[in-house]
Amino acid sequence: MAARIQIPREARRGEVIEVCILIQHPMETGYRHDDVGHLIKRNVINVLSCRYNGVEVFRADLSSGISANPYVQFYTVAEASGDLEFTWADDEGQRGSERQAIVVKG
Amino acid sequence: MRRLALAAVALAAGVALAQERAIAPGELKSGSAFLGSDLRALQNDDFANPGMLWVERGEKLWREPAGKENLACAGCHKDTSMRGVAASYPKIDKASGKLLNLEGRINLCRTERIGAEPLRYESEDLLALTAYLARQSLGAPIAASIAGAARAHFEAGRASYHLRRGQMNLSCAHCHDAQWGKRLLSETISQGHPNAYPAYRMEWQTMGSLERRLRACLSGIRAEMLPYGSQEYLDLELYLAWRAQGLPIETPGVRR
Repeated sequence: MAARIQIPREARRGEVIEVCILIQHPMETGYRHDDVGHLIKRNVINVLSCRYNGVEVFRADLSSGISANPYVQFYTVAEASGDLEFTWADDEGQRGSERQAIVVKG
Repeated sequence: MRRLALAAVALAAGVALAQERAIAPGELKSGSAFLGSDLRALQNDDFANPGMLWVERGEKLWREPAGKENLACAGCHKDTSMRGVAASYPKIDKASGKLLNLEGRINLCRTERIGAEPLRYESEDLLALTAYLARQSLGAPIAASIAGAARAHFEAGRASYHLRRGQMNLSCAHCHDAQWGKRLLSETISQGHPNAYPAYRMEWQTMGSLERRLRACLSGIRAEMLPYGSQEYLDLELYLAWRAQGLPIETPGVRR
């Protein structure tokens, strides 16, 4: 599962930063049928979490109402240099993770 | 004298061809002009545009050795050599004399140069490579040639574009030449240009090739859908490129 993360490379301590993530996933609703009429099993990312230097700063429970390739954006406070690490899992038990470093000055 | 007469004939042919354009060059509008501001903003956002997931994957594939020769695309093609290339497709392959679209060119390179299996149409890998290649030409004006061997394909494509088909008995021209800008139920009819493909379509919730889009139109008018990569689609793609001449490449586009 590919993903793209966008955060500032550098920030001042205490600055509010925008965090964006785009994950490639079909987010199969469970309501669609394939070409021969069989129901396609629901498979959505059901949990997405973000840890900032090991501390969880964001968590979302996603469901079938979210479009394919979900894009999530939130804000957090830059406190120390380190990593933002995203982890997620879908209904089939597939897990994904992606991390991005940030340098905090001051 | 004879040369002069020939020149006059050529000029007249050129003028005639220009007059055949149903949409004047100054009136050409990319499909993005018919979108709402939210989708246009999504397309123009290099990060949030979901099509960029495929472009990124394409870049990885471009550098990954494959096939019997264990050769990557990047092994032969330097990155800068791909700028503007996509804008000249569909194009006649000099060696075989066949008309190729970008997908066909990628697969020809795979089978003949690196000894790999061709990629299936609409497979994630082919979409990714096509999107990555087309992205190198971002902003380049479409400039497909209809000279020489391409001429016959262009004529076939034009005939195909104007052919009434399906239960609705419509040709492409009935909507995209004669009615663009008007409403079809809740949608605005576009001019039907190929400059953003492969594109991310909201209806598909994924990336798709130009041929998938053509098939969607055919299905809409309840006409027979041809198999991917068929000659009629290739000819039509060339006609569409000629029709869109000068429009900048937008891949990966975001469409409704």
